[in-house]
Amino acid sequence: MFPFIFEWAWDIAHLVFMGALWYALSIIGAGLTYCIIKSLYDTATQEGGDSAHH
Amino acid sequence: MTKQAQHTKTKRYGMVIDLDRCTGCGACMVGCYAENNVPFRKDETDKMLSLNWLRVFKVDNGKPFPDTEVCYIPKPCMQCDGRHMEGHSPCVSVCPAVATDYDEPTGVVSQIYTRCFGCRYCMAACPYHARKFNWWDPVWPADMEKYLNPDVSVRMRGVVEKCSFCYHRYQKARDKAYVEGRDEIAENEYQPACAEACPTRAITFGDLHNPEHEVYELSRSKKAFRLLEKLNTNPKVYYLTSKSWVRRKADNYLEGESPADRKPAHKAETASH
Amino acid sequence: MTTPAIPEGVKRCSTRKFAIWLAVVGAVLLWGVYAMFLVWYKGLNQTGMNDAYGFALWIWADLAVIALGGGAFFSGFLTYIIGKKELKNIINYAVIIGFICYSSALLILALDIGQPLRGWFIFWHANVHSMLTEVAFCLSVYFGVLTIEFIPVVLENPKLDRVPFLHHLSHNLHEVMAVFAATGVFLSFFHQGSLGGVAGVLYGRPFSFREGLLIWPWTFFLFTWSAAAVGPCFTVMVTWLTEKVTGKKLVKQEVFQLLGKISGWMLLTYMIAKIADTWYWAVVTAPSKGFALMDFYTNNPVYGIWILIAELVVCGLVPAFILISRKGRENNTLLLTAMILAVIGICINRWVMVLQVMAAPLLPFQEWYMYMPTWQEVATTILPVAYGIILISLAHRYLPVFPQEKELNPGN
Repeated sequence: MFPFIFEWAWDIAHLVFMGALWYALSIIGAGLTYCIIKSLYDTATQEGGDSAHH
Repeated sequence: MTKQAQHTKTKRYGMVIDLDRCTGCGACMVGCYAENNVPFRKDETDKMLSLNWLRVFKVDNGKPFPDTEVCYIPKPCMQCDGRHMEGHSPCVSVCPAVATDYDEPTGVVSQIYTRCFGCRYCMAACPYHARKFNWWDPVWPADMEKYLNPDVSVRMRGVVEKCSFCYHRYQKARDKAYVEGRDEIAENEYQPACAEACPTRAITFGDLHNPEHEVYELSRSKKAFRLLEKLNTNPKVYYLTSKSWVRRKADNYLEGESPADRKPAHKAETASH
Repeated sequence: MTTPAIPEGVKRCSTRKFAIWLAVVGAVLLWGVYAMFLVWYKGLNQTGMNDAYGFALWIWADLAVIALGGGAFFSGFLTYIIGKKELKNIINYAVIIGFICYSSALLILALDIGQPLRGWFIFWHANVHSMLTEVAFCLSVYFGVLTIEFIPVVLENPKLDRVPFLHHLSHNLHEVMAVFAATGVFLSFFHQGSLGGVAGVLYGRPFSFREGLLIWPWTFFLFTWSAAAVGPCFTVMVTWLTEKVTGKKLVKQEVFQLLGKISGWMLLTYMIAKIADTWYWAVVTAPSKGFALMDFYTNNPVYGIWILIAELVVCGLVPAFILISRKGRENNTLLLTAMILAVIGICINRWVMVLQVMAAPLLPFQEWYMYMPTWQEVATTILPVAYGIILISLAHRYLPVFPQEKELNPGN
């Protein structure tokens, strides 16, 4: 699954298959990262806002 | 002959088994067991659990006595070349972990035991049941471990194994030739254990590309055929028989069809090229 | 009863009753776990498989649960991408059922390999030409997607929801769910298809071999289409069963009917394609290999032509016609019968494409191969069912799975 592994070949089959795999993994990874960072930000800003009230 | 190169460096090792000569003695099986460290269990009643790289089948013509005729069919791995003769044998292309491979220089289909993780997809793909699974870890009777062949690794539970045309013998012969400064190995330098063990010389082995090898002519004989040719697996194991009923046992025919309608084995192979 | 961990405004049974229920199902689960450890410890000799049956009950179970779990990706597709708002009332449950199905499939796959510790070879040393590689990758990644889809539902538990970060995470995951759903649809298309491809590419096996488009045999497309058609039927079936067990209505009938209508048309189109495929196989593909259709359905104690009729007509065309008719859908009994038939039909299809492929002899001097699973195989196949029931019980008790529950049960 990586270019440094014995079976890897720079052929069309590997490019299409692994290309699709890494593309899907990137989208999932990016989506998750966005959600986690945004949630951390939301939590921080909301808590900041709350403490300002007190 | 289209792309079948004559006496090229690329070998196509194959086997021709003369069924008219085979007596069903089983020496080929014994030779194979001993040579390849094939394990066995105390109870071998269920043959679908037995490990055997080569198994002799008994078939008959279905007629009552005194017209009964019997034929024995030794069946190793067919070492298929695949539909388009490019090495995509039924098993090689399906293995998810590249644990089985088609060796381009020899045409031998190999099995890498330490790579196989035992999904058994290759077994499902093989129409000849040539692939065997290690349902148990091998257990050798007392002292037998000392007699194992050091050139062949023993296999562990949970992996698939199969006939390799005694590939280790090819490697040994090639090493010997290299040391002696030769490029080619002679026909008799590389022979699998089953061919050597056969007392009636029913099994002939060699390079199907090489006109000097006996198998070249034999595989082109009118009596030659292969198992399940219609599947286009292109086996490198040929059989010879003079009996039409035996020929009929080798493939499936629709009503009205007969083996006589088929092209000779080597021509069928060329046509599917 | 209500506790701080139970969603507000809904009624759940007492802890004692719930514990007894879990204990009963847990006992079955433990039986399966025991069998699972036997298989891992002693090896695949604990099964009824042999060299003719390299694939057997487990592979069927895998194919079947993945097809039935297809309700998650197809409902997700309809909800988030097509925009069928009504389906928001069942999507949570579809995701949970999908999660159970896919985790079960992965567990069974982990059991079904001779060297489980080498299971990672399928990823690391991937042969991109093997359908099984495609299955392994898409299935694992899609299971990740299902987990991501499941997380927001879990985070809506009242206790967890009070944690600010988790509250925001749940909200933000909901916001971008369409992206995950779309990725899930993409992955599902390929792994559902490649599961069909597993049998379809076997050119040494005329019973399963199919021609196709480029590298994909027709079974690739048939498997994807049928999973999309029948997956939602399974979601509705499980929802209905949950309603019966809990004794309350959880989802409005209109939602069932809408899914029934979509499933009906999907099933009908699938059946047309499947019948065409079967016809071409019977008159062209199989005869070219020397087999007449009836060669595959005679001379054995199990596989008669009845199985083809059951799959294509009784559990195929009949439910399709019921589901596409308004009268059929509006009659609850008919609607449910059709959906159960469709589910059985797809299970027969997956069975045939695994077990019958192995059973049919190829050499004329060989007989049909018969197979009987051992108790270990049966127990480990029932194990995911018990696990699924436990997960569903926990989810139903502690998570707001059904948005319409409060409205449908106002007395609580």
